[in-house]
Amino acid sequence: MINWHTCFFLLFATITCAFAVAVVVSANVVRMAVCLIASLAAVSGLYFLAVADFVAAMQLMIYVGGTLVLLVFGVMLTARGPFVSMKITPANWLMAGLAGGALLILLLCAATSVDAWKTAAVAASAPAAEGGHTVAPIGMALLGIRVDALEQANPALRGGIAGYLLPFEIVSVHLLVVLVGAAHLARARRRRRPAEAVPDASRSA
Amino acid sequence: MPLLNQPVSLSHYLLVGAILFACGIVCMATKRNAIGVLMGVELVLNGAAVNFVAFSAPFLRGDAELALGLDGHLMTLFVIVLAAAEAAVALAIALCYYNTHATIDVDQGDELRG
Repeated sequence: MINWHTCFFLLFATITCAFAVAVVVSANVVRMAVCLIASLAAVSGLYFLAVADFVAAMQLMIYVGGTLVLLVFGVMLTARGPFVSMKITPANWLMAGLAGGALLILLLCAATSVDAWKTAAVAASAPAAEGGHTVAPIGMALLGIRVDALEQANPALRGGIAGYLLPFEIVSVHLLVVLVGAAHLARARRRRRPAEAVPDASRSA
Repeated sequence: MPLLNQPVSLSHYLLVGAILFACGIVCMATKRNAIGVLMGVELVLNGAAVNFVAFSAPFLRGDAELALGLDGHLMTLFVIVLAAAEAAVALAIALCYYNTHATIDVDQGDELRG
């Protein structure tokens, strides 16, 4: 029998890693953007396989549908003629490759070091248990009520089961500040004509 | 390789996260296009988010009672939202850079001037 979970995991993981490497290797920035879109969409598939349904849907909406469209807009606004490819020297590639390779080896050693992480709790052919209904619990947790851990017998652990209302409010204000700040930074500036260059002592910059 | 003949577990997800992270670091280090550097930042943040989601699934690990559960999903959501906000501001900065230097090459920004 085919283990569809493993099959789809290998498919999504291969797409993710291959397109991530393609982002690093390609010199054309538009090609990089398309490869990044494919990589992040495959990451969303990995989230669905890990029974994180709400997070996977948000990944598709926010990353693929929002952030990457924003990046493509940025690419189009900062293009100068045909897309020039800015190459870096082989010495730079060597240094970056060494640093990245060392980091990758370190992370791989850490990922395979714990025995409990290398064995799955359920059999390979069993479906992924009761899960996939995380929207309502996440919504309630963002309002401050943890419905997945309603009672905790041990009073010492009770403080760790907190709602996420404060981070939710902080992120909301953060998004407002980011919108205002980005709009202010990227505003169109009126080009100063030479006649206006006469300094007026009372006028501030 | 000990991971090739076993069902999908936490280590497999951590491998994917590690590859995404390393690709993002190399992308940030080698790209001369400012938008390319931003794509590296997105890859790094996605690598971390994959780790969070993987740690939150109880069926992927042998010690299922140590799974993060909903906390991992919420952390991932905050990572995604903050990454989107940071990409917006960084793109605004890149646009300013392009308007003042007439190029998007970050190697040309080697003078401190107003």
